[in-house]
Amino acid sequence: MRLDEFPAKFPKLPGAMPIWHGTVDSTEFRNLCEQVQRGGGKLVALWGSDELARDAGYALHTSLVTAIGMLCLTLPVNAERPSFPDISDLFPAANRMQRAVADLLGLHASGNDDHRKWLRHGSWPGSVHPLRKNFDGGTVFPTETDAYRFVTVTGDGVHEIPVGPVHAGTIEPGHFRFSIIGERVLKLEQRLGYKHKGIEKLFESMTLEQGAKLAGRVSGDSTVAYAWAYAQAVESVAGTAPTPRAAALRAILLELERIHNHLGDLGYLGNDVALAFGFAQFWILKEDLLRMNHETFGHRYLMDRVVPGGVACDLDGKGRERILQVLRHLEKGVGILKDIYDEHAGAQDRFLTTGRVTPDLAAQLGLTGMAGRASGQAWDLRAQFPCEPYDKLDVRMATHINGDVAARVTVRFEEVQESIRLIRLILDRLPAGECLVPVADAPENAFGVGWVEGWRGEILIALHTGKDNAIHRLHPHDPSWQNWPVLEHSIIGNIVPDFPLINKSFNLSYTGVDL
Amino acid sequence: MYQIIKQILKTGIKTEAPPGPDDALRAEAQRLNKEILRHVGRALAIRHVDAGSCNGCELEIHALNNAYYNIEGLGIHFVASPRHADMLLVTGPVSRHMEIALKRTYDATPEPKLVVAVGDCGCTGGIFSPTNSLGDKGESYASCGKISNVIPVDVAVPGCPPAPIALLQGILTAISGGVKAGNPSE
Repeated sequence: MRLDEFPAKFPKLPGAMPIWHGTVDSTEFRNLCEQVQRGGGKLVALWGSDELARDAGYALHTSLVTAIGMLCLTLPVNAERPSFPDISDLFPAANRMQRAVADLLGLHASGNDDHRKWLRHGSWPGSVHPLRKNFDGGTVFPTETDAYRFVTVTGDGVHEIPVGPVHAGTIEPGHFRFSIIGERVLKLEQRLGYKHKGIEKLFESMTLEQGAKLAGRVSGDSTVAYAWAYAQAVESVAGTAPTPRAAALRAILLELERIHNHLGDLGYLGNDVALAFGFAQFWILKEDLLRMNHETFGHRYLMDRVVPGGVACDLDGKGRERILQVLRHLEKGVGILKDIYDEHAGAQDRFLTTGRVTPDLAAQLGLTGMAGRASGQAWDLRAQFPCEPYDKLDVRMATHINGDVAARVTVRFEEVQESIRLIRLILDRLPAGECLVPVADAPENAFGVGWVEGWRGEILIALHTGKDNAIHRLHPHDPSWQNWPVLEHSIIGNIVPDFPLINKSFNLSYTGVDL
Repeated sequence: MYQIIKQILKTGIKTEAPPGPDDALRAEAQRLNKEILRHVGRALAIRHVDAGSCNGCELEIHALNNAYYNIEGLGIHFVASPRHADMLLVTGPVSRHMEIALKRTYDATPEPKLVVAVGDCGCTGGIFSPTNSLGDKGESYASCGKISNVIPVDVAVPGCPPAPIALLQGILTAISGGVKAGNPSE
C-alpha cells in the first residue's frame, strides 16, 4: 500500500485531530513504516495489547506522523509466535519502546539483537508479563537487585562513574553510567524504569471516568497536557465534542503549564552555571504564576481541571483580570532577565556549544518537542495540526539550529513570550457558553487517540475501550521516550560537570517513560 | 552587573513568615529526644528521595527553595548525600524498583535521623494503589505503596501535591518535640 492511499482506505478517527487508524499485516506494517521514514515523518509511540479474550491473539500498535497527520497502525500478533517486525533501524527511538513491549507483554521485535530488558528490573520474573490479561496486578514477587548489562568502554585510562538512582539534587530517580577519560565523556548509558508504578495495568481496572485523574498524574509537571490528551481520546470514542469555551480554557491552562515549566527550568539553568540570581528571580516569577493558578483555577499545577467533556473550572471577569495582571508582570520580568542572561559572559560561555545536537543527528534520532525545535526540527502540533482554539491563533513556532544549551534556553524564552501572547488572544475572544458537557457512553472495542503539544513535546494517549465504559488498554506516551536516547549523544565529548546543565536544558521526564 | 544589582534591589525581600508545627501530621510518636532536636532544629540537613512519585511533589519541594518560602533562611538545607543528612524527605509511592535504593539510602543516613513522607501517595500509596485484592497496604506488582511500608516514617504530609507551606509545616513538626495528636499517652 502506498502511504498516500492510507487515509482513503482507512477511517479517520472522530475528534479534534487528523488521525487515521487501520489494521495491517506485518509486511504492510514494515512497508508503511519505511515510507514514513523515507518521507521525513516520525514515530510517535509504540505499544502492545492483549486481545486473547477477543480470540485475536495479541496486537502491536504504532502511531506515525506524516505531513497530513497521524497514522495509527494495528498489527495482529499470533499468540503462538508473539513477534513483530523490528522498526528500530528506521526509528532508533523504537528500541526502548520495543523492549518495554517485550517486558510488559512478551511480544518481541524479530530481527533486533538487543534482547536486554528495559522497564523490568528485579521485581518480577522475566517469565511474567504484567500487561497480559491473565496476570493479576496485585501479585507481589520478592524484589531482587537488578542485573543489567551496560555497554562497557575499554582502553587505557577509561573509567566509569555510576550515578543514581538516588541523585544529588531534587530530581527523579534514574541511573547514569558515564565512561570517561579524565573529565571528557566518551559514553553515557542510561538505565531507567526505577519509577515503574504499573500505571498501564492500573488503567485497565478503571472506567473512562476514573481514568482522568490517573492520566493527570502520569507526569505531574505535564498534568494539563496529559489530562487534555486523555479527554480528547475519550471524546473521540464517545463522539462528544467540548464547547468552544472549554477548548479555549484548556488552551489557557496548557499555556500556563508551559510558562511555569519554562520559568522553573530557566531559573535552574542559571543556577547550574553559578548564576544563583537567575534561580532566585525566575522562581519568584514562577511562584507568582502558581499562586495566580491557585486563586483563579483552584490548583497550583492545574491538576484535574481538564476532564472529558470540557473543563472543571470557569473564568469570570475578575479571574481574567488577574491572569492579565500576572502576564504583564511576567512579561516585564522575563524581558529584564532575558537581557541579563544574554549579556552575562559567564552564563553564555557555559551555554554556548554545550550539549550540542546537530539538526542532522536530531532528525536521524527523532528528537522531538521543545528540544527538537532547538535543533532545527520544526514540529509543533499547535502550529501544524492546530485544534480549536489554536486553529485561529496562528501559533509562531520557535526554532533554532544550534542545538546547544544556549539554543534550548532561547527556545524556552521565546515560547514563554509566545504563550503570553496566545493567552491574551484567547482571553480577548473567550467564547461564552458551557464549560462541561455530558460525555456519551463509549462503544466497546473502540479506539481513540489524544494528541497534545505539552511543554516538553507531543503527549499521546491511545485508548482501547472495553465493555460498559471500561478501559481495555490505555497507553500514555511521553516525548521523553524519543529524547532520552538523544541526551546520551548530546553529552559525548563534553565534560562531566556540564552534564547537570545539559540534562536540565532538556529536563526529561522519568515517570512519564517508566509508567 | 549594574542590571543584576538594580533588579535585586527592585525585587526586595519576598520571604514570608514560616508556619508553626502541627501535631496532626505526626505518623509516629516523637522518636528523638528534645535535646537532639534542639540542636538539629538550628541546622537541619535534608536528603530528598523520590521513591516513585509522579514528579508533582518534587515541584513543590523545589518551590521551598524559592524566595517566598526561603527554607535555607531557616537553617534548613538540602544536601547531596544521605550521609550528610539528618532527615529524609521521601515522595512516593515506593515503586518496587526503588525499594532497595530507598532502604539503602535510609541505612546510609546516620542516626539520629528523621523521615518525612510527602504527598498523598507517600502517605497512603494514593492513586497508584489498586483497590482490588490488595487490602489497605496499597501494594501491587510494581508498587510497595506508602513510604512507611518500607522505612519508618515520623511525619506524613498529605496533599496532591502538598503546598510548600504544608511541606514546611511537616518538616518543622518533625524537628519540634511533641506527641502524636489524639494519642496523649505516648
